[in-house]
Amino acid sequence: MTSPIHPSPRLLRRAPMLALALLVGVLAGCTSDPDPGEVVLVSHDSFQISDELVAEFEDETGLTLTVRPGGDAVEALNQAILTVDNPQGDVFFGVDDATLSRALDADLFEPHEAEGLDRVPAELRLDDEHRVTPIDHGPVCVNYDAEWFESEGLEVPTSLDDLTDPAYEGLFVTQNPASSTPGLKFLTATIAEYGEDGWLDYWAALRDNGVEVTDGWTDAYYSWFSGPSSEGDRPLVNSYGTSPPFEVPDEDPLPEQGPTGTIESTCTRQIEFAGVLANAENPDGGGELIDFLLSDEFQAEIPLSMFVFPAVDTVELPELFDRYATSPSDPYQLDPELIEAEREEWIREWTDVVLR
Amino acid sequence: MDRRGAALNGSPRLRTRAPRLGTAASLSLAAVPAAFLAIFFVVPVASIVTMGLRPGGRWELGVVADVLGDPALRGVVWFTLWQAVVSTVLTLVVALPVAYALARFEFRGRRLLQAAIMVPFVLPTVVVATAFLALLGPGGPVSGPVGNLFGSAPMDLRASLAAIFIAHVFFNVSVVVRVVGGLLEQLDPHLEDAAASLGAGRVRSAIEVLWPLARSAVMSAAGIVFLFTFTSFGVVLLLGGPRYSTLEVEIHRQTALLLNLPVAAVLALIQLAIVATLLAFGARRQQGAAVQQPLTAPSGAARPPEAVSHRLFLAASLTVLAVLLGSPLAMLVSRSLRTPDGWSARWYDMLFDPDASVLGVAGIEAVRNSLLFAVIATAVAITVGGLASVVVARGRGAVSRAFDVVLLLPLGVSAVTVGFGFLISLDSPPLDFRDSRLLVPMAQALVAVPFVVRVILPVLLSIDQRLREAAAALGASPARVWREVDLPLVGRALGVAAGFAFAISLGEFGATIFLARADMPTVPVAIVRLLGRPGAASIGQAMALSTILMVLTTASLLAISRLRPRSVGS
Repeated sequence: MTSPIHPSPRLLRRAPMLALALLVGVLAGCTSDPDPGEVVLVSHDSFQISDELVAEFEDETGLTLTVRPGGDAVEALNQAILTVDNPQGDVFFGVDDATLSRALDADLFEPHEAEGLDRVPAELRLDDEHRVTPIDHGPVCVNYDAEWFESEGLEVPTSLDDLTDPAYEGLFVTQNPASSTPGLKFLTATIAEYGEDGWLDYWAALRDNGVEVTDGWTDAYYSWFSGPSSEGDRPLVNSYGTSPPFEVPDEDPLPEQGPTGTIESTCTRQIEFAGVLANAENPDGGGELIDFLLSDEFQAEIPLSMFVFPAVDTVELPELFDRYATSPSDPYQLDPELIEAEREEWIREWTDVVLR
Repeated sequence: MDRRGAALNGSPRLRTRAPRLGTAASLSLAAVPAAFLAIFFVVPVASIVTMGLRPGGRWELGVVADVLGDPALRGVVWFTLWQAVVSTVLTLVVALPVAYALARFEFRGRRLLQAAIMVPFVLPTVVVATAFLALLGPGGPVSGPVGNLFGSAPMDLRASLAAIFIAHVFFNVSVVVRVVGGLLEQLDPHLEDAAASLGAGRVRSAIEVLWPLARSAVMSAAGIVFLFTFTSFGVVLLLGGPRYSTLEVEIHRQTALLLNLPVAAVLALIQLAIVATLLAFGARRQQGAAVQQPLTAPSGAARPPEAVSHRLFLAASLTVLAVLLGSPLAMLVSRSLRTPDGWSARWYDMLFDPDASVLGVAGIEAVRNSLLFAVIATAVAITVGGLASVVVARGRGAVSRAFDVVLLLPLGVSAVTVGFGFLISLDSPPLDFRDSRLLVPMAQALVAVPFVVRVILPVLLSIDQRLREAAAALGASPARVWREVDLPLVGRALGVAAGFAFAISLGEFGATIFLARADMPTVPVAIVRLLGRPGAASIGQAMALSTILMVLTTASLLAISRLRPRSVGS
């Protein structure tokens, strides 16, 4: 009997040669010349684009689009920085305001002024030299489980201060800023609110009030939060302003209030950018792709595919988003260069106070 | 040839080694595994380490002293070591009786259970963590009784050392059961019968007869479990909470998040040095411990549990399995069927609908991708690992030991190091893999090869040399001896190894997430992407895919276990 597991003796004798041939074949098969008609988008794995939009882009430009994800957002950016001399593609999507200066310092991008940039609100455009183009923004806000607070007869907290109130002891879960983007965003919110002299005291109070810290968003949201799709018992979680729409039951008509909500005064905003990679094989194609990412077609798809708000604010939002998501009018903001310069030190101090 | 006759006449303690291979033969057999390891392991890892320690073309080794002098990092090394020792011991304590029970007692559903036991091994940590956190939380079914035991309120075992240990046992029981059980199934039960008829009790016969024979397999399994827990990443990260950090977690943090390559490189070298030292020690011990012994056809050793003590032992083992492995898995299955409107298969339906998916492709396509990659990875791993095992088993002392250690090293290096290494070293002709779909199965094979070797090598070392001599004396050529004697005996081990490789490929996440293309997600990659989204539909689909992954694993291992080798001499 010949099977993959018990090869015939003859096959087995030949196995070394066959394997060597296979290996050589693999190597040979992978050395293809760059295709001038291809544009490669390097991104983190939250990037989504529908087949229809890919087809539309390819029809319009005559280019073929390849998407290459590289882990989570920070990992993907660091991969791109490591491979800056010989990049994996033509466009990188997913650098955010907190990591922007790291990317610019590494000369990761070359300038491209995107078509339609004037439709993006000025506060989202952080680079005058157009090395990066804002594509979307997502608020990071404390979410609450409305049903829990109702059944306990407790008021929903309304500020960062409230989170240290003994009435809310042991109710809040957030993420480690060393390993999680929303965790880092929440840390910057506290620094923006309490200043560089006061934020550590705030965290000491938060710790004494029983804050739980997880490593990433997934375990905080699904394992500790008490919302309808979660298994946990804490009614307050650091998450996104766009999380509540996804907790709304699929009913007709839609309920007046969703089962979860956000505390708007705790929000920060994360802006995500794309840019043409320096040393790209197809920088022109890369420019066309950036233009496409800012087009109405792509921007309209962003909310339900990537769960964030489109950068072009004239695009019509889906009803779920319009009704239940929070786009904060006055979010906490820190200077990106300050974040890049101080981040490691802040995280070290934070670790000493909160985890040790 | 009568196997049993050979068994009863042979003294298992007699040691004669298989004939050494000539240098030329050794080299030609070693060429493929050596080339594979060089391209997919040595070059990438060396590149990333060099990049960290030689920024701008000059060696900067001051960072080594900085890292060694940092008490926090020394604490990480110490924690990594002792938690791995404790985890390994706990895993052996739980798993050895279960391995014995499953190998020796025939009962309904035994085959199914042997396949299903691999399920924890392939599930992405983030999925299992979801189940564990629910089980270990204050409202969960574990912490209440544990709290009562100590006369206190329900305990919260989330983000604790206990959670780390429980999860390590959960993930690794299958390693011990498969590796040790694989050998136990082939040990002739008449040896124990003989001991019993000579008046030895169960315990004494286990210590004096079974232990010497099974020792090398137990050490093999313990070695794998130790490596796994020593390099533990997801479990420590997700279940231990941010307070606990292993070397692997710290390397990931320094590389992927902080881009602090010098520190990451030093930590990677420390981890590699510790692993290499332990492996070198283990390889010496293992070769010393291997006893050539009469092996029977697989399953020849299992019999129905007749005595009351047998039944009790079997029942206890199955109960342990049901509680430890069954409860988290049942939790996942129940979540995959729970919807806001009650129980239904809605999340499964959504997997077939590309428009309902957040993955860009219908969720079910991930299943096809995973199967395809797993078949390729298994073929590569069996070829590379199989040839390498022959070289180690029949090569010359020090060289073969060194090769043995190198083969295991991929387990001691973090996925992030290998992944980043792939990126910066395999990016230009003739080794430009950036666009290759084969990169995923190659990375998966790299992870699987050490297991293939660990499973096949003890069997190769244990084959009674006199069987070969007898065959040769009857005029068989060396090739024929290999075909008629070695192959059938190794066949079972090849099956077990293929099962491991297949399961590992199905479940591999760390390297795959780096390399998988957006349009070809594997099941674990799809699950993790779904879990990165809020809402019941996302977690529901993630749980449905996890359940499918469990069924897939069990089914493929069942199928592989049915491919029996021919028995010796038939």
